Parts: sequence; C-alpha cells; structure tokens
Amino acid sequence: MSTIDQATIIGGSAARAAQWKQVVSFCRRFSRNPLGMFGLAIIVILLFCAAFAPWLAPHDPYLPNLQARLTPPGPEFWLGSDELGRDILSRVIYGSRLTLLIVGLVIVTAAPIGLFIGVVSGTYGGWLDVVFMRVTDVFLAVPKLLLALAFVAALGPGIVNAALAITLTAWPPYARMARAEALAVRNSDYVNAVRLAGASEMRIIFFHIMPMCMSSVIVRMTLDMAGIILTAAGLGFIGLGAQPPLPEWGAMISTGRKFIFDQWWVATVPGFAIFIVSLGFNLLGDAIRDLLDPHLKARI
Amino acid sequence: MALSATDNVHRLGRVASWLATVAVTLLGLVALTFFIGRVIPIDPVLSIVGEKATQEAYDKVYFALGLDKPIWEQFTTYTLKLLQGDFGTSFTTTRPVLSDLLTFFPATLELATIGLFIGIVLGVPAGVASAYWHDKWPDHLIRIIGLIGYSVPIFWLGLVGLYVFYFKLDWVSGPGQIDVFYVGIVKPITNSILIDSALRGEWEVFWNAVSHITLPAALIGYFSLAYISRMTRSLMLDQLTQEYVLTARLKGANEFEVVLGHALRNAAIPLVTIIALSYGGLLEGSVLIETVFGWPGIGSYIASSLFRGDINAVLGGTFLVGAIFVFLNQLSDVLYATLDPRTR
Repeated sequence: MSTIDQATIIGGSAARAAQWKQVVSFCRRFSRNPLGMFGLAIIVILLFCAAFAPWLAPHDPYLPNLQARLTPPGPEFWLGSDELGRDILSRVIYGSRLTLLIVGLVIVTAAPIGLFIGVVSGTYGGWLDVVFMRVTDVFLAVPKLLLALAFVAALGPGIVNAALAITLTAWPPYARMARAEALAVRNSDYVNAVRLAGASEMRIIFFHIMPMCMSSVIVRMTLDMAGIILTAAGLGFIGLGAQPPLPEWGAMISTGRKFIFDQWWVATVPGFAIFIVSLGFNLLGDAIRDLLDPHLKARI
Repeated sequence: MALSATDNVHRLGRVASWLATVAVTLLGLVALTFFIGRVIPIDPVLSIVGEKATQEAYDKVYFALGLDKPIWEQFTTYTLKLLQGDFGTSFTTTRPVLSDLLTFFPATLELATIGLFIGIVLGVPAGVASAYWHDKWPDHLIRIIGLIGYSVPIFWLGLVGLYVFYFKLDWVSGPGQIDVFYVGIVKPITNSILIDSALRGEWEVFWNAVSHITLPAALIGYFSLAYISRMTRSLMLDQLTQEYVLTARLKGANEFEVVLGHALRNAAIPLVTIIALSYGGLLEGSVLIETVFGWPGIGSYIASSLFRGDINAVLGGTFLVGAIFVFLNQLSDVLYATLDPRTR
C-alpha cells in the first residue's frame, strides 16, 4: 500500500515504475508455481489454437465428406472423423474459438453487473441494499444449470442466448463479494477523506471503492471460467447451446453420443478438450488466488 | 431448567424472522419463474399452440393463460395457484405437472442420495488425510483427484463410463433404471425401485436395479467426493493449526484421538452444513447424468420437456428444485445452530 501512496505523491513516472515492479514480482512468484504454470500453458495453447485455427486445422471443419464418415483415428484424420466425415481434430481446434467466445461474453457481462450491484448495495446501504441482496439471494437459491436451462428455454437455443443465460446465473457471487468489500471500506479514512474533498458518490464508487474489489474479482473470475465452460458444454450437450453445424465441444459430444459404443472417438475427443481446458483454468485460478489472496493460501 | 418468558419470545422472534426469510425467498423464486415463463418469451401463446395455429385456438389459449389481464393480476393468480400446488398442466403428458414431478422425483432422489452417501464415506476421510499429511504425497494425490472431479464434464465421464464398464468390461448394466424384462413386476409403494423391490422381496429385480444404478451413482459420488474432500481438507487445516490441538498433543493424547476426537469434532459442525448444501448441487448435477443414462428422474423430465416447448413442466421442475434448495439452505442454518454449542 505504502509504495502506491508514495508513488501518487511523487508523480506519474515513478508510479508507473512502482506498478511495473509489482507486476514483475507477481510474475516471478507465479513462475515458481509449477501447477499454475501448467495451467497457464494450457490457456496459452488454447488462445493460440483459437487465433490460428485456419492455419492449424488440417481440414475444413464444416465440409462434409460422406465417403470418409466415421473413420477411426489414423494418418488421414489424426483423431478420426465424425458422422459426416468431418475431421474431428479440425473441429476441436475451431471449437476453441466458440469456447473462448462464451467464456468472454459471460465474464465481460457478469462480473461488471455483479460488481456494480454489489458496490452500490454496500456503499448506499438502506432499503436499496435490502432489495438488491434479496434479489441476489433468490438467484443464488436457484440451481445454476437449471436456471440457465429455463432461461434458454424461454429465450430460444443458440450460442449467444446460452452465454446470456449463464450470465444471468453467474453475477450473484460477484455482487456478494463486492458488497462485502464495499462495506469494509466505505467508512474507511481514505474514503472519508475523498468525500470531504468533495468527490461525488459516483466518483467514490467508481474510482475509490471498485478498484479495491478488483483483486478478489479477478480471482473469482479465473476460478469461475472452468465452471462456465462446463455449464456451456452442458447446455450444448442437451442441445440448447450452439446449434449445428457449429463445432461447439458440448454439442459435438451430443452427436457423438449415438456412436459411443462403435465409434468411441467421436464423443471422446471433444470431451477431452473440455476437460483439459477447464483443468487449465482451475489450475491457473488456484495459482492466482494463492498469490493475490495470501490469507487464503493455507486454506484451500 | 424452566424457560423464561423472554427466552420464549426470543425463540418465537427467531422462528418468525426465519419464516419471513423463507417466504420472501420463495416469493422471489415464484417471481423468477413467472418472469421466465410469461415475460421473456415474446409470445407465450405461440410457444404452446405453435406457429400454424388458427386464430380460434390462439384466442382460446390467450384467454386461458389470462394474458388479457394486467401483469400484476396474472402474477397474483400464478402465485395463488402455486400455493395450492397447481403447477399447471404439462402439454405433453396432459397430466398436472405436480403429479408428473412426484412420479419422477423418487428416481432422482435415489441417485442423489446414494451419490451423496458415497461422497461422504470417501470424501471426509480423504479430506482428513489430506489435511493431516498437508503438502505430502497423500495430500497431492487427493487434491489431484479432486481437481479432476472439478474439471471434467460429468456427462462426458458418464459416456466414457458406459463405454468402458458396460460395453467393454460388462461389469454394470447399461442405461435405464432396470432391464426391460423386469419392468412392471414390482408394484410401486414409494416409487423408488430399490426400496420397492426390496420391500416386496423381489431380489432378482433388486440386484438388477443395483447393477443399473452403480455407474451413475458412482459418478455423482465422485463429484460429491471432490467437493466434500476439498471442504473437509480446508476445515481440518484450520483446526489442526490451532492451539488446542497442540495442547492435546502435549498432554500425550495419541494422534488418532487428536485428529478424530478433537479436530474433526470441531470441523464437523460447519461440515454438516456444507454437506447439506451440496445435496442440492447433486440434485442439479443429476440433470446431465440422467440425460446420459436415460434415468427416469426429474432431470430427464425437465430436459425432455424443454424440447417439446413444455414451459409449464420446465418451470414446475425449476421451482421444485429451487424450493428444495431454499429448504436445504434453511436446514443447514438450523443444523448449524443446533450443533454448535455456542449458538445454543
């Protein structure tokens, strides 16, 4: 804390240098955690696949080739082909884009919504707090996957609707967390000082309380990503997420389900991709939490 | 010791505020399902009658749903009907949703209960061992098993399980609750096939049902184990670093007594509430497992209703599971209060 305070007094370039120092020390500590590095490597590979899918994929992910349908893994199709003769490896590589799309959509909507509701609730208190927290409780009381299912049922299936439905179930924990942080700092000396200096409530909320919640929000976000991937895949598997012919991993498992006994690779390969990616996010999230939340380190 | 009047007043006040919380949360749940069913769809009538319906059929449903009335009146009617146990009629089975739910629920309960049982029996000892050998190899092993449980898509693991244990090894029976051959032999008492067949003495049916439930229950058990072992570990780590543990050790208590008699006893109170809460999560996880295993439970009922656009059935199911969640939440609070001597 003290480095930041001094830095703001000294001025811009020193502040930047101090921040840079913090980033470097964070990276150094992170690199000492082998499991975290492993998780990071998985995520980097995922990003790489998504970015360079057209160059990495050996085949067209959408073009049917009925002569080659349900080919077992071999030299032509490294991980086999599906019921329309499409290369499963290419589809899994392209599917990484959809996975990132859903995770991205959910994170950029759920976290800010939850953060805003929580911080406003904690800062203002009173009846607004009561109403907001009751609503949050109701959303928390309903099982996530079921709520998402009901939302998609009402909205209609599709990848964006699935992301929207997951968002609607994902924001409450952020609100709870942000409220707790806001309650802790709203009457602290530095907030009172800013208030006396004449800052508006909105300015206090956005510039002085929200930044304090950021580290716990980031931790929560990385840990949430694995869950989001699993929920999205579950929706896709039930048939309410991405629609064919999109190579979404959950939907691919759903089509491969019919062939599980005779052509095991159709369902197994995309499931393995989901598993690896969500493992990567879990490992990364655990490592970041250990670094940003030192008092939690010993616990989980 | 006789209870004084103020004690009773306090207790009454607590019960009243507890009831109020439950009522408000349930009302919120009603509002949420109402919102999903009536407000989000652009035209709720179309989702029932389909796009090619005649104007006559459309109007009939329009008035039957009460859509001509103001929205708050619709909501009041909806809430009052729910209070009377009227979840509406399922458009596909043409039976009241509530009676459908009651038929399908025991199968889900069976699965989730056995899963939870497996989770507790294996998860608690695993968590204790993990905390006791903190940062040694048993801890790493148990954490990795748990981490895999957190990361793997349950429906996929179900498919792989079917491929390996049913198709390749033939250790367990395939999808469904019992073989077609045995369907209808046992007259229902509780609607739970395991209990009914045992009560009626149909042991052949019973063992067939056991070989069907083994795989899905083991999978749910695995997920429950991943969660419970992680929570047990964290609670035990908290306890084992405290001074009373050191004191007990210094007084010469053996390790067995220190860990199980002292630390676990203190960790048990929050653990019970965590387990009660996780039960709700298992009910939810069964949606996907039931779809994979063709299990005739509430999860596959909801999933199949989704595809037929049967919104009453979906919302009824969501409300039921949501209400169970709320109930479990409250139960865990009550359990905490009764078990923890400090809150007595």
